[in-house]
Amino acid sequence: MFQPSPWRADFPAISALQRQHQTYLDSAATTQKPQALLDALNHYYSHGAANVHRAQHLPGALATQAFEGSRDKVAAWINAAQARQIVFTHGATSALNLLAYGLEWRFEAGDEIAVSALEHHANLLPWQQLAQRRNLKLVVLPVNQLGRIDLDQALQLIGPRTRLLAVSQLSNVLGTWQPLEPLLSHARAQGALTVVDGAQGVVHGRHDVQQLGCDFYVFSGHKLYGPEGVGVLYGRESALALLRHWQFGGEMVQQADYQSASFRPAPLGFEAGTPPIGAVIGLGAALDYLASLDADAIGRHEAALHQSLLRGLAEREGIRVLGAPQAALASFVIEGVHNADIAHLLTEQGVAVRAGHHCAMPLLKGLGLEGAIRVSLGLYSDGDDVQRFFEALDQGLELLR
Amino acid sequence: MSLPSQASQALESFTQARGWEQRARLLMQWGERLEPLADSEKTEANRVHGCESLVWLVARQQDGGWQFKASSDARLLRGLLAMLLVRVQGLASDELSALDLREWFTQLGLERQLSPSRSNGLHAVLQRMAELQRQAQ
Repeated sequence: MFQPSPWRADFPAISALQRQHQTYLDSAATTQKPQALLDALNHYYSHGAANVHRAQHLPGALATQAFEGSRDKVAAWINAAQARQIVFTHGATSALNLLAYGLEWRFEAGDEIAVSALEHHANLLPWQQLAQRRNLKLVVLPVNQLGRIDLDQALQLIGPRTRLLAVSQLSNVLGTWQPLEPLLSHARAQGALTVVDGAQGVVHGRHDVQQLGCDFYVFSGHKLYGPEGVGVLYGRESALALLRHWQFGGEMVQQADYQSASFRPAPLGFEAGTPPIGAVIGLGAALDYLASLDADAIGRHEAALHQSLLRGLAEREGIRVLGAPQAALASFVIEGVHNADIAHLLTEQGVAVRAGHHCAMPLLKGLGLEGAIRVSLGLYSDGDDVQRFFEALDQGLELLR
Repeated sequence: MSLPSQASQALESFTQARGWEQRARLLMQWGERLEPLADSEKTEANRVHGCESLVWLVARQQDGGWQFKASSDARLLRGLLAMLLVRVQGLASDELSALDLREWFTQLGLERQLSPSRSNGLHAVLQRMAELQRQAQ
C-alpha cells in the first residue's frame, strides 16, 4: 500500500505530528496548513497589520488590498461571477446563521423549510430554530441505505409550500455526494431558495456555484487548508438582495444617526465589525497554493487512498461502514465493540480519528447508533497513515476481543 | 492521608505496567470488578452528561463518608471509573474536596484521560462529583 502524497512536505505540521508519533486522520474536522499560509500570516503580521476599508494610510491600503484580493481568489475558486458575491463570515456556522436571520422576514407561519436527514448541526439547528420562531414546518428529507438523500421522496416532499431548501453537498458522516442537481432545480421550480452547505464538499474537487445553480453556497476556511475564524457565504446577486441586515456595527453602515441608519449592500453590509483580516489573507494564500497544484493528481491520490481505506474496512470482520462513502472519509462501527473503547485504544497508539456523533445526532439516532468512528483524509494523507490506522485498529481489537 | 488498600494495589499494578497495552488490560480488569448498577439506578437523574458514552454516577452519604457507584457501557471507561472509585470511596466531604484527583491519575499514568477535550467522560464525571458534593453542603 505504497501511496505517497507528493504534497505532504508542503505541510510542516505533518512532520511535527509524526515526531510526536501522531497519525492525523481527522481532516474532515480540520486540516493542517500549508507553509504558504504560514508565510502569508507571518508576512501580514510582521509587515504591519491595519484595519480594512477604513483608513487612508498606507498600511490600511495594503491590508485592504490583500483582504479584497482574497475575495477575488475565493470568487475565482468557486467561479462566482463577481467578487462582491462573496461575503466573509466567521465560519460556515455563522454564514448559515446569517442566512437564517437575514431571510427570516420572508417566512410566514405554515411555510416549509426542507433540510436532509444527514445535515450537520450547523445546517440543521439555524433552520430548526427559525422554524420555531416563525411557526414554520421543518421538513426532513429522508436518506437511503447508501447514505444519499432519497430523491423520489425528496421531490415529493419539496412542494409549493417549500420556501427554502438547505442541503449538504458532501456528508461529513457518510462521505456521500448528494444529488444536488435534481434537488436544486426542483426546489427552484417550486419557488424555493436553495442553500448548499459546502463545508466538506468544497475541500474535494473544484465546484462551480454557477453550474450548481444554488442561491447560496457556504463553507469554512479551516477545512480547506485555510485558517479558522473565516467562512464564506456566496450568494446569487438576486438572492443576496433578499437578505436583511443581521449584525450591526462598524463599516456595514452607510449613514448613521442617533435614531436611524442605512446600511450597505453585500458584501460589506454583512461584514459588521473588524473582519478576521489575517485569516482572510491566509485563506487567499491557501487558495493560491491549492490553485498551483494539479487538481487531477489530487483527485486520483485521494480516490486511491479512499479506496484502500474502504478495502481495509471491508476486509475486517464485524465492521459496518455507514452508508456507501464516495469520498474523503468513512465512518464505521464494530459489532460488539463500543466506539469509545476503540477510540481510546487508537488514541493510545497515536492515531487521531474522530469518535462520536460528528455533530449529526439525529442522523446517528436514525441509524440506531450512539456514535461511530470516522477516519478522514486530506491531500497530505498517505498510504502509511492508512496502514498505521489499520495496524492500530487490529491491535486494539485483539485486546478487546 | 494514607491510600485505601485497593488504591495502593491499583497504584502498584499501574506503576509496573509497561506500555499502552498493559495499561489498557489493567483498566479492563479493574473495570470488570466494578460493582454493577441495578437497572433502577441507571436513571436519567444519575446520568452524567457531556460524555460520548453512557455514564452513571450514584452517590450517597453514609456514616459521614461518601459511597459512590458508577458504571458505563464502555469498557475502558468502566476501568477509569473503577480507578476513581477506589480512591474516593468512603471519604468524608472535607477529605474529598482536599483530594487532588489529577495527581492521582497522574500517578497512575492516566492523566491524559482527564483532559476536558476528551470525550471519554472522566472529566465530566469529576465535575459531577464536585457538584454533588457542593449540593450536599
